[in-house]
Amino acid sequence: MHILVCIKQVPDSAQIRVHPVTNTIMRQGVPAIVNPYDLVALEEALRLKDRLGARVTVLSMGPPQAEAALRKALSFGADEAILLTDRAFAGADTLATSYALASAIRKIREDMPVDLIFAGKQTIDGDTAQVGPGIATRLNMQLLTYVSHIDNVDLERGEITVQRRAEGGVQVLCTRLPALLTVLEGINEMRFATMPDMFRAARHPLAIWDREAAGVTDLTKVGLKGSPTVVSRVFAPTPRMHRAEIIQTQSDQPDDLVATLLAKMFTKFPDLRAAVRPRCA
Amino acid sequence: MNEQFDVIVVGGGPSGNAAAYTLAKGGLRVLQLERGEYPGSKNVQGAILYADALARIIPDFRDDAPLERHLIEQRVWILDDTSYVGSSYRSADFNKPPFNRYTIIRAQFDKWFSRKVQEAGALVICETTVTDLVRDGDRVVGVQTDRAGGSIYANAVILADGVNSQLAQRAGFRPEIAPREVALAVKEIHFLPEETIQSRFNVTGDEGVVIEMAGKITQGMVGTGFLYTNKESIAIGVGCLLSDFSRQKTTPYALLDHMKRHPAIAPLLAGGEMKEYTAHLIPEGGYHAIPQVFGEGWLMVGDAGMFVNGVHREGSNLAMTTGYLAAETLLELRAERKVFSARNLARYRAKLDGSFVMRDLRKYKNLPRIVEKNPQFFTAYPELMNKAAHTLISVDGIDKKAKERAVRKHFVSARSRLGLLGDIFKLWRAFE
Repeated sequence: MHILVCIKQVPDSAQIRVHPVTNTIMRQGVPAIVNPYDLVALEEALRLKDRLGARVTVLSMGPPQAEAALRKALSFGADEAILLTDRAFAGADTLATSYALASAIRKIREDMPVDLIFAGKQTIDGDTAQVGPGIATRLNMQLLTYVSHIDNVDLERGEITVQRRAEGGVQVLCTRLPALLTVLEGINEMRFATMPDMFRAARHPLAIWDREAAGVTDLTKVGLKGSPTVVSRVFAPTPRMHRAEIIQTQSDQPDDLVATLLAKMFTKFPDLRAAVRPRCA
Repeated sequence: MNEQFDVIVVGGGPSGNAAAYTLAKGGLRVLQLERGEYPGSKNVQGAILYADALARIIPDFRDDAPLERHLIEQRVWILDDTSYVGSSYRSADFNKPPFNRYTIIRAQFDKWFSRKVQEAGALVICETTVTDLVRDGDRVVGVQTDRAGGSIYANAVILADGVNSQLAQRAGFRPEIAPREVALAVKEIHFLPEETIQSRFNVTGDEGVVIEMAGKITQGMVGTGFLYTNKESIAIGVGCLLSDFSRQKTTPYALLDHMKRHPAIAPLLAGGEMKEYTAHLIPEGGYHAIPQVFGEGWLMVGDAGMFVNGVHREGSNLAMTTGYLAAETLLELRAERKVFSARNLARYRAKLDGSFVMRDLRKYKNLPRIVEKNPQFFTAYPELMNKAAHTLISVDGIDKKAKERAVRKHFVSARSRLGLLGDIFKLWRAFE
């Protein structure tokens, strides 16, 4: 079985800062991490590898620094890593990104057919959740989003059965391979790499693919040129003015707490007193 | 399959990077292990880079190292609650390249330094904590990490794992650091637009200003404060002996908050946005606290070896120099085909003794004990000096002779004649 995992290097959104004067995002000094949702996808792929045996290839598109993300994936146990990097890819939105990735995946398939593609639910920087489905559509693959559990992979019949979180319940879906899965967060915990894996990841040669290697011929479909999305404005959310308040009560008895809260509420919103009629005096 | 290297460097700070870089450049097979997610992710400093120490290792570092501002002015402030007396030195000569001191942001600088280490040929592995040394009898022959999968072996191990050096403690090379031999420092970074910093500190371009502070900002504890200008931010911090914090039951953040409200400091920070809060331990024990720094197959560098000059607020340059000297020792022994035994590695200590590192630390060897026992230098004197300045500068119809008498009286009543003489003697002893 050949599993492909698509990962993205993103700025650690917990540490992103907005320039107070120009209102632009300050990327300088913000650490780059592997998109956390992608790590869930990678771990799920590695678990399948542990269970059934597989070759796991990780694929990423980004600037040369994205090498760090791929090395990290290698340390967890991925077998091969491919970095898609080319100036022509810069400034891509989800449409152009999925085009470039789909082209690269076609090239990867020439070398060894791909049975499963894993992607994270979405990225933490773009939050669109479009690239995974975009790749599946472009490659005409079965698409399973928001997968919360892989029940079974039947290689002989070429089928996969998964649980999918949906509104109002869980769907159990079976489809034919090859398929692309985007997986939910929290369904597994990433392993702690062993020392030999750390050495292997540090030394393993990465495949660095430019647009030619990735089989991209139509330059109007990649990078800024191939991106119809326009960012019209970036702004920081206005800080909330509401402040939390710690209210002292006589005791921690529930009726006392409720009475204190009600009294507080009625002083703040006097109209409520008339609207709320206590059931018992 | 066991990995074997010439040298394992434990830690990715300035001392470890200096050592790993020098060794790799010298052609040795080097493995550097860092516990943080990336080099610099766990490292905290003021931070001022003393160019000389780095230039001796990477002469052309200015070409691509991330530097904030080069310093053209140093101010020293002695503060009481409402005022300060100070001195400053500003010179156009500091504007002539090559510049002598820079402010840096460590997370960026350390990443750059680590890239240099990797380019030099060392293998750098992060997110890996060295938990123990592997020994063969007395000899250190490798390390054990928190990851599964066996030990890693080397002919020498350099302990560059910082002030707490749990590795050295576990190995029995160093006792647990005493609270009176270590300062706890906290620092905040406040963002301010470049133009604001330039006008507020009277600088242009990449020029920068340093303010070192002492006095009542430390609320009677032994310690100092600082304020450094970065390109688009200001670093402000304060550090005091850990033993004083615990005795006074003061929290570091409350101390820093109090300091930030000082009428001389608050306007410098006004309008800024706090972006970062960090804390760090700084070895302050000086010369007498330095442990045995070499043995059978191992060397200790940087904060792990307590190499900090507390008086001049120098640490990272000592770290780089000790790291460099340790590497130089190993390279020399290797060239002479000598083993890394304690006897041979004693050359490292000799190199240290001959360098500014030990000369400076020896000069101030008595200082930590003297200031610890004499808190008046941090409380009574700042107040007296500020009062004196106030008395002498105010014009209020009182004649100058009377003013001078009043100042003298203040000093004598606060410290007594004998006390004043004693304090002068103590200061002379500390700085002799």
